[in-house]
Amino acid sequence: MEGDVVQMGAYIGAGLACTGMGGAAVGVGHVVGNFLSGALRNPSAAGGQTATMFIGIAFSEALGIFSFLVALLLMFAV
Amino acid sequence: MASESDGKELVFHPMDQFIVKPLFGDGPVGLFTITNVTMWMVLSILCIIGLLVLSTSGKKSVPTRMQSIAELAYGFIRKMVEDVAGKDALPYFPYIMTLFMFIVFSNFLGLIPGSFTTTSHIAVTAVMAMAVFLAVTILGFVKNGLGFLGVFWISSAPLPLRPILALIEVISYFVRPVSHSIRLAGNMMAGHAVIKVFAAFAPMVLISTGIGLVVTPLSILAITAIYALEVLVSFIQAYVFTILTCVYLKDALHPHH
Repeated sequence: MEGDVVQMGAYIGAGLACTGMGGAAVGVGHVVGNFLSGALRNPSAAGGQTATMFIGIAFSEALGIFSFLVALLLMFAV
Repeated sequence: MASESDGKELVFHPMDQFIVKPLFGDGPVGLFTITNVTMWMVLSILCIIGLLVLSTSGKKSVPTRMQSIAELAYGFIRKMVEDVAGKDALPYFPYIMTLFMFIVFSNFLGLIPGSFTTTSHIAVTAVMAMAVFLAVTILGFVKNGLGFLGVFWISSAPLPLRPILALIEVISYFVRPVSHSIRLAGNMMAGHAVIKVFAAFAPMVLISTGIGLVVTPLSILAITAIYALEVLVSFIQAYVFTILTCVYLKDALHPHH
């Protein structure tokens, strides 16, 4: 067997880190789904809350971005 | 994007579109080298100037198409600043408008096939996010003095919980520029890379007519669909970047929860 074990570990770790993006996907879907179910119950109040929805999306997406960042660090910085 | 290797096969790298190279000659990229990034940044600034200056120079009470686009963009951002950050954030509206216009134009110019997406580089977005972070922090201390530290001390929480929450708040405060910049760069980079990955499958019919007759139409269809999604994402990410700037600005102006 040849090659670098550290390199291999880094690549496997980068792949595993990408599973965190699935969590972000669930989170964003949860935010938007709940917004939609609320908006369909009270459509007149929905318009004023879209900005809040986007802020919620951005915050839950941020944690998926951290897993992406970990993957990038493992690929290029370790 | 597509480059000839060994003189025979056509090699296609989805990440080749993000390579920064000098515009003139083949020298190394230094601090002041004019690169394709410089060119596309200048182009997006020229487009913004073109839209905002030319369309509003001959103001009409019945706006032309160009003028109403400029007015819509202005009204959209102004309303966002007012709604999210409050009336007293309006002095900082020009900065937020500049950020939004620059990001939205860079994103949209990057969608032109063969062009370069400047916002797909973390170096570009990190500068914008750090500028926002530093500006908001300095503004918070200038406006509130040490009272700005109240942003970390959540007075509505039970007392024993507050130190723990303060620690979490401090961490999340300093992580802001990281998530702020990587969100934009990551979204732009990932979307464009996906388009190019499907573009690599598109000429399959030239290699083998058997499987190629299935793969080529499917990948062209996928490129079209993802391109439409990317148009949406380009706008939404610019919107998210500016709305988060407004949220941070609100924290600086009103630090008490």
